[in-house]
Amino acid sequence: MYQTGNMVKELAEKHGRKRESLMPILQEIVRKHNYLTDDVMVAVATELDISAAEVYGTASFYTFLDTQERGKNVIRVCKTITCSMKGKNDIVSTLEDILKIKVGETTPDKMFTLLETNCIGWCHKAPAILINDMPYTDLTPETVIDVVKGYMR
Amino acid sequence: MKNKGLTKVDLIFESIDIMKVMKKAFEMTSDEIIQQILESGLKGRGGAGFPTGLKWKYTAAEKDPEKYIVCNADEGEPGTFKDREILDKVASKVYAGMTIAGKAMGARKGFIYLRGEYRFLLPQLFVELHKFHKLINEIGYDFSIEYRMGSGAYICGEESALFESIEGFRGEPRNKPPYPTVSGLFSKPTSINNVETLVTAVMIIEKGANEYFKLGTKDSRGSKVFSISGDTPIPGIFELELGMTVQEFVNEFGDGDTKAVQVGGASGFCVPRKKFGETIIGFEGVPTGGSMKLFNSSRSMYNLLHNYLDFFAEESCGQCTPCRVGCQQLLKGVEKVKKGEAKSTYLNELVKLADTMKVASKCGLGQSVGNAFKSIVENFREEIIY
Ligand SMILES: Cc1cc2nc3c(=O)[nH]c(=O)nc-3n(C[C@H](O)[C@H](O)[C@H](O)COP(=O)(O)O)c2cc1C
Ligand code: SF4
Ligand code: FES
Repeated sequence: MYQTGNMVKELAEKHGRKRESLMPILQEIVRKHNYLTDDVMVAVATELDISAAEVYGTASFYTFLDTQERGKNVIRVCKTITCSMKGKNDIVSTLEDILKIKVGETTPDKMFTLLETNCIGWCHKAPAILINDMPYTDLTPETVIDVVKGYMR
Repeated sequence: MKNKGLTKVDLIFESIDIMKVMKKAFEMTSDEIIQQILESGLKGRGGAGFPTGLKWKYTAAEKDPEKYIVCNADEGEPGTFKDREILDKVASKVYAGMTIAGKAMGARKGFIYLRGEYRFLLPQLFVELHKFHKLINEIGYDFSIEYRMGSGAYICGEESALFESIEGFRGEPRNKPPYPTVSGLFSKPTSINNVETLVTAVMIIEKGANEYFKLGTKDSRGSKVFSISGDTPIPGIFELELGMTVQEFVNEFGDGDTKAVQVGGASGFCVPRKKFGETIIGFEGVPTGGSMKLFNSSRSMYNLLHNYLDFFAEESCGQCTPCRVGCQQLLKGVEKVKKGEAKSTYLNELVKLADTMKVASKCGLGQSVGNAFKSIVENFREEIIY
């Protein structure tokens, strides 16, 4: 959980209070805090003068606008066909081993969440993953360990 | 049909003097610009292949003083990654394409809808955009572009779902008509084009429609950027003249053991080896937004089919029943057949379901699930059953 504080007000000042401001506001909250709490969605609804159900209904449509608690670093492993053919399963099991969690879970220290996702547009350099916004490609079980270690601070 | 063979082309990534081509466009009338695009034969590069010149003409004909140019950079089709490369390498050509489109149709505002997976590109895209805005301000032209981000929903690449998303709603496709040219973003006349279509339009203005028309075939003019992946020694992004056969493509990009090529991504068609020679890559054969995936004989076509159905079941927006239930049923159905829980003839029922989805689904997602489903099941039936 994180505190909502003045954040939503500030974001509304920045992006506006129209319906079309909703996505940019939710996206910026998720970039900062990795997921949306009930409190923050209610606060957004109040700022934009729409119902909380509208905010939740919109957020829940979008895979990247998580409404479940997520870790500081969200790892998304591409599971579409080319990555799947080029060793995605080895990448997932390596990540599960070093993070000691399964796909869909978050580490107890809230540092990492491990997820699978659909094609992220790097099939020519498969297997590929996203960590937060950053893509990592041409991975092997060895290189993915190095990549994740870079986030372990 | 005339066979063109395989020819590499360098138009999209060619570096050009942006100012020069924009000045050229600004000296033309709206009609002249649209006429050039019409004469070039260009069809949209996002997959559906609607003639770009017509789309521009219809939008230009609308009287509303407020219109929008939208660039579709959602690029979610599995196996497509060329729009990322275009934005990465030649973003200013995309901006110029939108500006020229704006001039042709009387729009002063453009939006680029970029998939969330490409957010890492934004800082450099903003730098380029800032330079571009300064440039057009200097020549006193009034056009501005804004980015809007996706958040991991494939369906938002569908044009009306994309508008819903920019407007702040769930990305659920709208009923058509009205078409975007009449009522699109914020219910205003809108021309929505793929990233590559816009850059191609710039090159048509630069080189002239006649030059572009020389490339390609009657139904598929010009060249196209292909995203090539799978079992190939040279995966990557290649710009090729349209009109080659799958065989010619495989001769260049295959690993010597290619058994199938999936053309056009999960919503496209699977071409088996025995049809390589007769199948043309283009609107007269198998159309593609650029996704080309090669599979060699070590690959299971059941895995391919299962992976795609899983993709559609997840990405269906769930708004209409044929698609929401159909995707689930196809997925469960092939699993049952594979496990021996259903007879192999059950596949025929599933093919009928895919046909129903084609006519009864509300948007292109549900309508095209049957493309991959039928072409894989029909050509690799044994692999699906055993
Ligand atoms: C499910 C679905 C996803 C789509 N995704 C994209 C996409 O990612 N990029 C794109 O340019 N067009 C996509 N399209 C096609 C668009 O609806 C639209 O036809 C296209 O952006 C028009 O541009 P064009 O004429 O330049 O191709 C998609 C269509 C459907 C049905
Ligand atoms: S066809 Fe599928 S994706 Fe399209 S509107 Fe219907 S449920 Fe949504
Ligand atoms: S299949 Fe993994 S990036 Fe496209």
